[in-house]
Amino acid sequence: MGQALPKVELQKRVAGALREFLPARAVLWQEEDTRPYECDGLTAYRNVPMVVALPETEQQVQQILRVCFSLGVPVVPRGAGTGLSGGALPPGDGVLLSLAKFMRVLRIDPLARVAVVQPGVRNAAISDVAAPFGLYYAPDPSSQIACTIGGNVAENSGGVHCLKYGLTVHNLLRVRGYTIEGEPVDFGSEALDSAGFDLLALVIGSEGLLTVTTEVTVKLLPKPEAARVVMASFDDVQKAGDAVAAVIAAGIVPAGLEMMDQPATRAVEEYARSGYDLEAAVILLCECDGMRAEVEAEIGRVKEVLARAGATRMTVSRDEAERLRFWAGRKAAFPAVGRISPDYYCMDGTIPRKRLGEVLRFIAGMEKKYGLRCPNVFHAGDGNLHPLILFDANDPDQLRRTEAFSAEVLEKCVAVGGTITGEHGVGVEKIDQMCVQFGAAELETFHAVKRAFDPKGLLNPGKAVPTLARCAEFGRRHVHVADRVQHAGLPRF
Amino acid sequence: MVSEFAKTILEAKASNRPLRIRGGGSKDFYGNEPRGELLETRGYAGIVDYEPTELVVTARCGTLLSDLEKNLREEDQYLPFEPPHFGAGATLGGCVAAGLSGPRRASAGALRDFVLGARIIDGAGRELGFGGRVMKNVAGYDVSRLLAGSLGTLGLILEVSLKVLPKPASELTLGLEMPQARALGSLNRWAGQPLPISASAWQDGELWLRLSGTTAALAAAAERIGGERLDGGAADALWRDVREQSAPFFAGEAPLWRLSVPSHAAQIELPGTQLVEWGGALRWLKSNADAATVRAAAARAGGHATLFRAKDRSTPAFAPLSPALERLHRELKAAFDPAGILNPGRLYGGL
Repeated sequence: MGQALPKVELQKRVAGALREFLPARAVLWQEEDTRPYECDGLTAYRNVPMVVALPETEQQVQQILRVCFSLGVPVVPRGAGTGLSGGALPPGDGVLLSLAKFMRVLRIDPLARVAVVQPGVRNAAISDVAAPFGLYYAPDPSSQIACTIGGNVAENSGGVHCLKYGLTVHNLLRVRGYTIEGEPVDFGSEALDSAGFDLLALVIGSEGLLTVTTEVTVKLLPKPEAARVVMASFDDVQKAGDAVAAVIAAGIVPAGLEMMDQPATRAVEEYARSGYDLEAAVILLCECDGMRAEVEAEIGRVKEVLARAGATRMTVSRDEAERLRFWAGRKAAFPAVGRISPDYYCMDGTIPRKRLGEVLRFIAGMEKKYGLRCPNVFHAGDGNLHPLILFDANDPDQLRRTEAFSAEVLEKCVAVGGTITGEHGVGVEKIDQMCVQFGAAELETFHAVKRAFDPKGLLNPGKAVPTLARCAEFGRRHVHVADRVQHAGLPRF
Repeated sequence: MVSEFAKTILEAKASNRPLRIRGGGSKDFYGNEPRGELLETRGYAGIVDYEPTELVVTARCGTLLSDLEKNLREEDQYLPFEPPHFGAGATLGGCVAAGLSGPRRASAGALRDFVLGARIIDGAGRELGFGGRVMKNVAGYDVSRLLAGSLGTLGLILEVSLKVLPKPASELTLGLEMPQARALGSLNRWAGQPLPISASAWQDGELWLRLSGTTAALAAAAERIGGERLDGGAADALWRDVREQSAPFFAGEAPLWRLSVPSHAAQIELPGTQLVEWGGALRWLKSNADAATVRAAAARAGGHATLFRAKDRSTPAFAPLSPALERLHRELKAAFDPAGILNPGRLYGGL
């Protein structure tokens, strides 16, 4: 159908069909208007969308989807475009569906402790509107001032407090989505569970491949009475890793447990002035929250454990301003690194914590091998690593080395029993590494799940799950990992 | 043993014979009447990996839930969702397939929240692995959590990785007297405050609250809430009886309904007696009221009703799905079990 038309014709036809029910300002197709949408937070991948649609109502979303479904045109949903895996990379031959105008908080119920919001509401804005009731929304990705809840649903976003408060999937009650056929479906409700399969869990983190989110009910939690952070310095990465294990072994579940190495703290300090110990090889941030009496007792225990584990210096936040300052540095790690390098490439592997020393040594080896620097920030509590490779995208060879560096690190994460992505998603960025993490049978199952929701494969196509042919090609190109690639038996094309 | 499971499934698929996957059989009463040729998973047992400082345990489906919990207890850890056993033979596989959580659910999260990964054999006899053994993992669709509560209709669950947590330093149970409507109001107000409430149960004018945390936190919270303290042994028995449904409330011939509703839903007026858990979000009902009446009341309250235990199993156990959801259920079932041989009908007719 649509695909057979030359692109200009198809563009005209799609834009025309959308203009029948959307105002002119909500349908963009001229390049000067569509170019701003060419990439998300992963700027290495760019593609100017054929058409951008900016609906304001659910009915318009439904109509857009029906048009695209009937014309066989791909649709890529987009929130704030802060994603780091290219999940919102536009289709050159399709519609970029921006939910940016869905910005309303529809309802806050302090007694029920829920907020019903539209997908374009920013993550941090939910906590802002809940604050007068002593409530907040727990997941706090570092991009929380900009990223939207719709994008958080797509990526199952985490943050720095996941160990205790969980990811997006643990903090939602309901998602309303539209299927590619334009059918509305409510996944979940304000009750704690629903009859049948747990489709809410399936839809969260599905990277916009299953449905288009138009409404989200989030759980709000009471703000802890008190929260304090211990900042501890270590002269050795392994010691810091062991200290994290020792905190857990002592029966403590900190609200946040973060690690940064010296290159990261030095980059951050210039930018955020958090008061980090710049002489330390690594610093740990360990936050305790809860009732006041509880926090005092727990901070005392944490300090004891960290001292025994070899901390060379410890500072406890004295007040809320200092606590926020300690976190500001961590949350500003990406932009801070962005200042010391023309470009940076953020990885997102998760590993069993006990393999931390080994993986960091491996990364140090890769820095030498590829001649690129790589500061590390690490959600130490849940094993989620964010090494940041510094490079200059204007130098094609640096970009090539960066991609090879990153691929080796992700494959190392899989080899030690971890995963290629903890919270940023697969998108287009890590699609080849999916071939390392999963076998053909699992990938086939993922495709079957996709078909159950989207039989024509029009929603965010080509993302998140590679085709088997692509994996075969990947295996052929990466001979050095052939023994770990799970498609050894597939014919090579 | 895995290859034997796969062979059995392939044979059943070839001859189109339904299989009834069963661990300890402790939850045979749950869902629609099981049917098909028995495929027992008890023999595939054992803890595969447990590293307390990683907060992750991986075990095979036939592992006794009691064995698993004993291993965790030795390291001062536990399953935070506090699953009911409903019998000494309860296995991990059955626990995940049933997807049921106990008294701690409202504060700690549900079973599905703690599932990190799983290996299964699907209806085509293929061994598949999803998720992993780490806490954060967004590679691929979250099929492992989808298995929780799927009652074995998507695959034979071979192995599961769960997040575990350190046990709370101490616990304390308080009893207060109040009617249901006031209890519901209080529970919702308390839940909006930073109080360490880890379980609640109201029945017949008595409200019990369990607090979990450091002794300092418990003392401060108990002072704020008031009520009378129940001593440790009696408190443990109380919460066990609620979780395992061995409390007197659950006895008797009348069907037992499970109404899952928003915690703040007003008292639901139905014939019979009620026991309220999960801060108001779970209402157990012993009643002879007809299914349509109970289901309509639950739906009006914003939730759904499950016929949890009944002698007569002719009434479908689970609330009917909307047409859109029903279609997705059918498509997903076909993706995992194209011949429809795994526990057919246990969740819904035709599924």
